[in-house]
Amino acid sequence: MSAIPYSTQHQVSFSPHGREGLFYDIFRKHSWQQAEASIRDKTTGDVLRALDREKRTLEDFKALISPAAKPYLEEMAQRSRAITLRRFGKVIQMYAPMYLSNECQNICTYCGFSLTNKIPRRTLTDDEILKEAAFLKGKGYDHILLVTGEANRTVGVSYLKNAIRLIRPYFSNISIEVQPLDTGEYRELMAEGLYAVLVYQETYHEECYKIHHPKGKKSNFRYRLHTPDRLGEAGIHKIGLGALFGLEDWRTDSFFTALHLEYLRKKYWKTRYSISFPRLRPHSGGLEPKVVMTDTDLAQLIFAYRLLDEDVELSLSTRESPEFRDNIVRLGINSISAESKTNPGGYVVDPQSLEQFEISDERSTGTIAAMIREQGYDVVWKDWEKGFRFGV
Amino acid sequence: MKDILTIADKKFSSRLFIGTGKFSAPRLMKEAVEASGSELATVALKRVNPGEAEEDIHAVLRSTGIGLLPNTSGVRTAEEAVFAARMAQEALETHWIKLEIHPDPKYLLPDPVETLKAAEILVREGFVVMPYIHADPVLCKRLEEVGAQCVMPLGAPIGSNKGLKTLDFLEIIIEQSTVPVIVDAGIGSPSHAAAAMEAGADAVLINTAIAVSGDPVAMAGAFAGAVDAGRTAFRASLAPVRQYAEASSPLTSFLHKF
Repeated sequence: MSAIPYSTQHQVSFSPHGREGLFYDIFRKHSWQQAEASIRDKTTGDVLRALDREKRTLEDFKALISPAAKPYLEEMAQRSRAITLRRFGKVIQMYAPMYLSNECQNICTYCGFSLTNKIPRRTLTDDEILKEAAFLKGKGYDHILLVTGEANRTVGVSYLKNAIRLIRPYFSNISIEVQPLDTGEYRELMAEGLYAVLVYQETYHEECYKIHHPKGKKSNFRYRLHTPDRLGEAGIHKIGLGALFGLEDWRTDSFFTALHLEYLRKKYWKTRYSISFPRLRPHSGGLEPKVVMTDTDLAQLIFAYRLLDEDVELSLSTRESPEFRDNIVRLGINSISAESKTNPGGYVVDPQSLEQFEISDERSTGTIAAMIREQGYDVVWKDWEKGFRFGV
Repeated sequence: MKDILTIADKKFSSRLFIGTGKFSAPRLMKEAVEASGSELATVALKRVNPGEAEEDIHAVLRSTGIGLLPNTSGVRTAEEAVFAARMAQEALETHWIKLEIHPDPKYLLPDPVETLKAAEILVREGFVVMPYIHADPVLCKRLEEVGAQCVMPLGAPIGSNKGLKTLDFLEIIIEQSTVPVIVDAGIGSPSHAAAAMEAGADAVLINTAIAVSGDPVAMAGAFAGAVDAGRTAFRASLAPVRQYAEASSPLTSFLHKF
């Protein structure tokens, strides 16, 4: 009698005591090179099986992002659209980023705000924050994403707390994309009304991560990798994940992002998750993408995520071209931004200051909203109640 | 005799309740609500935006004259649900509340412990409480005991359109309940709705199956017809299903000799 064959490969497993292990324990069991090769070696048969399944595994996800799936983009798009419609309906959520500061103590080879870039630095004052907030409110936005670099002395927890407190009367839903913080610090911000935190790993290639982040707190790969764990511990409503495409092979980075997502979902089951798709964009002091990700690749990845995870929120920024955004909006995306400014004070206070990266879709909020409605979707501005967590 | 459904102080001649999320436009939602003939529509408090008069889901619904049932979607605990119910009462001027507490944002499955806790508090505060719950017969009795005016067990995971996966438990709930039983989630087609009504449910609540269909207005009408047909069939008492064919030579014919 032979033993029952089973594979633990890519399964998220936990110790019997549940909460003690963090993501690195799972992560280190997967070699980058093996994952990359395994995606490359996926066959048409693997793709067809992945397409036909009702519940898909990470191995199916690999097949769907593999080169072998390229001839099946239409099938993937059809399924992605149908699943998204059933789970979310014919609605697209609008949000806007608001940059508070471009001060940064990190050196990141790809970023316009990197420490060694000789650009004027600015951190918005209370008055300036309120001006920017009033502008976005006037455009109709109710979900807002606050963005900073990493300058803990000037833009630390107390600055963020103050910023949230200032804008909370005007917006129902407040997210941040800032330096990684500790669990207790996240709890402090949640008490002020913070709903979600976006933190991208940039790349899951541990060695290359070090090359792209040679200096600053961000150079600590593992501290960043465990940020979603700290957020989960804090009980945050939503965690946003992603990799910066262009640094390393996008397929392998996406596999690790999906692995991260699957781990987090099981462990922090009360939290919802979103995925963003930042691609390297031209910026001051620019790094050319090492691995180019085409629009077709990005579409394939969006479909693959939706086929893997029916519930994960897929978010599209103004980094993408108008034509791409117009077409992809019906195929799996849940939330979208418009006329974003990626410089502090970029809306009204200091429109001329240097941007973190150039956006590609510069159309106005009204134009984007009209485009969404033309596609047969309702534009949702408000889908949260700021009193939910803190009122009692 | 008119077939009227009574919940708390309200009477309904339509047994189809309708959800208002997921529609592609407020205008289409309004037309579907009207086509459904429904007299009660749920509305997510988190989507209500009193400042935006024209686009606001609440304002659009108000114009139809339909009864509004705010839900607490988005809350994770009893405490938050109680807070949301009070907010909804103020914003929508109704003391009716659909109690939804789902700490799991993926499948939106209801938390029975928190739901029972919140129901007890809200009933005491004078709310008409309509709790969304698993098809759990014991929980339904417990909710009844604390004063919930109806129970809203799910037929299948919400939004799944899978139909009456919990039918065996729904039948027990219907048999035992002294308050109206409204099958709330998972109904994906008019035939599912008819089946729920034939089984004796007092009403059904439909959202995804209408909102995401090819023609929401026509589908709303189809559901209205199915709910009526199912209800009429239940009241007419279905002929029994025959489990065994009758043997042409009866097995007990030998007994006649005795």
